[in-house]
Amino acid sequence: MAGREARSATLHTVIALVEDRPGVLNRVASLFRRRGFNIESLAVGHSETPGISRLTLVVDGANTVVEQVEKQLFKLIDVVKVADITHLPIVARELALVKVACTIANRADVIQIAQVFRADVVDVADMSVTIQVAGDEDKNDAFIELMEPYGIKELARTGRVALTRGIAEPTKVEEDEPEEVREFHAQAGRRPKKALPFVSD
Amino acid sequence: MRMSGADIVLECLKLEGVDIFWGYPGGVVLPFYDRLPSHPEVKHVLVRHEQAAAHAADAYARVSGKVGVCLATSGPGATNLVTGITNAMMDSVPMVVITGNVTRTLLGRDGFQEADITGITLPITKHNYLVMHAADLAYTFKEAFYIANSGRKGPVLIDIPKDVFIEEAEFEYPDTVSIRGYKPTESKAVDVAQVKRAARVIDEAQKPVILAGHGVIQSEGGTAALRQFAEKAQIPVLTTLLGIGGISEDHVLSYGFMGMHGMYWANMAAVEADVVIGVGMRFDDRAMGRFADFNTKAKIVHIDIDPAEIGKNFVTHAPILGDVAQVLDLLTPEIAQATHGDWLRWIDSVREEHPSLKMPDTTELTPQFVIREIFEATKGEAIIVTGVGQHQMWAGQHYMFRHPRRWVSSGGLGTMGFEVPAAMGAQAARPDLEVWSIAGDGGFQMTLQELATIVDQKQPIKFAIMNNGFLGMVRQWQELFYRDNLVDVHISQPDFVKLADAYGIRALRIDDKTDVASAIAEARAHDGPFLLDFHVQEAGNVWPMVPAGASLLETVESADEVKV
Repeated sequence: MAGREARSATLHTVIALVEDRPGVLNRVASLFRRRGFNIESLAVGHSETPGISRLTLVVDGANTVVEQVEKQLFKLIDVVKVADITHLPIVARELALVKVACTIANRADVIQIAQVFRADVVDVADMSVTIQVAGDEDKNDAFIELMEPYGIKELARTGRVALTRGIAEPTKVEEDEPEEVREFHAQAGRRPKKALPFVSD
Repeated sequence: MRMSGADIVLECLKLEGVDIFWGYPGGVVLPFYDRLPSHPEVKHVLVRHEQAAAHAADAYARVSGKVGVCLATSGPGATNLVTGITNAMMDSVPMVVITGNVTRTLLGRDGFQEADITGITLPITKHNYLVMHAADLAYTFKEAFYIANSGRKGPVLIDIPKDVFIEEAEFEYPDTVSIRGYKPTESKAVDVAQVKRAARVIDEAQKPVILAGHGVIQSEGGTAALRQFAEKAQIPVLTTLLGIGGISEDHVLSYGFMGMHGMYWANMAAVEADVVIGVGMRFDDRAMGRFADFNTKAKIVHIDIDPAEIGKNFVTHAPILGDVAQVLDLLTPEIAQATHGDWLRWIDSVREEHPSLKMPDTTELTPQFVIREIFEATKGEAIIVTGVGQHQMWAGQHYMFRHPRRWVSSGGLGTMGFEVPAAMGAQAARPDLEVWSIAGDGGFQMTLQELATIVDQKQPIKFAIMNNGFLGMVRQWQELFYRDNLVDVHISQPDFVKLADAYGIRALRIDDKTDVASAIAEARAHDGPFLLDFHVQEAGNVWPMVPAGASLLETVESADEVKV
């Protein structure tokens, strides 16, 4: 545990708002690979702004220069905004699904531990239960550690997602696309309703 | 107006002021070539290999300051461009690269001559596009030219499937560009607080030095702004390899270029300075030597257009983000007048004790001698295009440049073979100037097929091959750092005079020093291309030299000083 605490002290949470276009994840991934940036986790999904996806990155400042990550990311044309929110008050969560081996005899023990962690049992089978636990990485780590003696059959974890607390919105797109640009893209079928044909990524 | 994708592309090129581009046809770009004769305002130069198209466009951009354009077909055509695109990326050269691709329905199905060129060029372009609708073409071209030629410049690739060239769409060229994720530095005001802080650092300096890079030349008005800045406080100016020409080399404050094969005194000035002012440069390892030992006492002022370069390799005490001319126009009035007489005299004394530009003491024909003769004959007014290796360093050292955009050399990528196709681009950009391609016998053989293109285009390019029968720079490293164990560096070559003759190019072989001046005169007097095959001494290495991974303080001036 001591090692983990020391490590989490150097972890940075970086948010990137990116154009929701084909290939954008490829661009980000290619940049990290090329520059040798180590990424602890990456989570992507839609943001509050249509056409903009939100990337949440966790970067270890001990082996990667976080300032370079921010600056190089921002050089990508499809990246609209980058912010290191580590030192702001934030809410950060990750989700884990843990399939734990158990018998009728010890199933109750497993479920009891899950309850202590406010985790949900989402599936029960003959020889296993699947538990959904959400929280910061440390909490999820601790839960997974407690499940290990029973036998973890499968484990799926998302990357960290984070928002700043309160009214501060350092990760909001300030400048909306001008009306005529949006109109143009829509007319040109550049942002069609249905999925684009297969493209490079 | 409704028109085909091919016509839209050509209309876009015309509206962007493109009057020449280099390319090579193939299956999927046939709909485009079919429309070419209907647009005579745009000249297409048929090259012999796509790499040459990219290098020609690159050199055209370096010399003209405009965006260079090249085109290739899908698959092998597109992949052949890769070296040329990377070369432009590394040296921040504005280029728009057009590739064809297979029909939309075949994309991703490994169709004949399909290559995922947007995937391949992801890390070697500033940005790239796969255009899936003809209606997107106009907007994409507008964005591409804007991105290529603003901020830190670079190549932008547009990949167009065959049926998009055929598809019809309404053509309307946008007047303006608005890209949410791209606001180039020069579109924002320079931070005055940064300027004032830098001015204070510069005013306190006793031994300041300016390191001027490619950004000085690329910035409009950059060279004049640099001169005024340097003159006001009498600050010596060193350049990077690509910064050559950023200040006239006969200016009293010009101290030549620094780095691995830079001037001894320049390297010493850089490590002895108390304030280092980087202007439009990126503190590259070949210029700075071992980072950890580069002048740890000096305060660093860094002026650059790319925020990611600030603090990338060195801790910067006073950064100023912006275009070189915009920044210097604000900074020069802020700094105090100064003379720095003692400091300039110190550098002068190092220069007297360590004259790096000595002519080798030999009766043999040497590349240094030939380059000096070309310089004398052309009075420093020619465009000099080089390949990569010993001849490149000697050309940088012994040709004195008085103007920007006359030194065309592959810096960051170090692309052998650049010298032949780049000369085509340079000559196309400045038909009024004499273009000399100073080549190595190794690099020349990589791209000599373009002699045919040069003959086609009737370009009066003068080639000077420094023919020593060796891959000279590689041999130099094997001699110095691999115990003289020469492996695969002795290279054979055809008879270049006969080869030139086969292409219909006049040529001479020169073996003696005494014949050099007359040969150069004959080449210059001829109003077509001319090839001079200089059989120079086999031995001979480039000095000074900073061994790879060493500090600038370890600059050596002969093989005796090299510790292995």
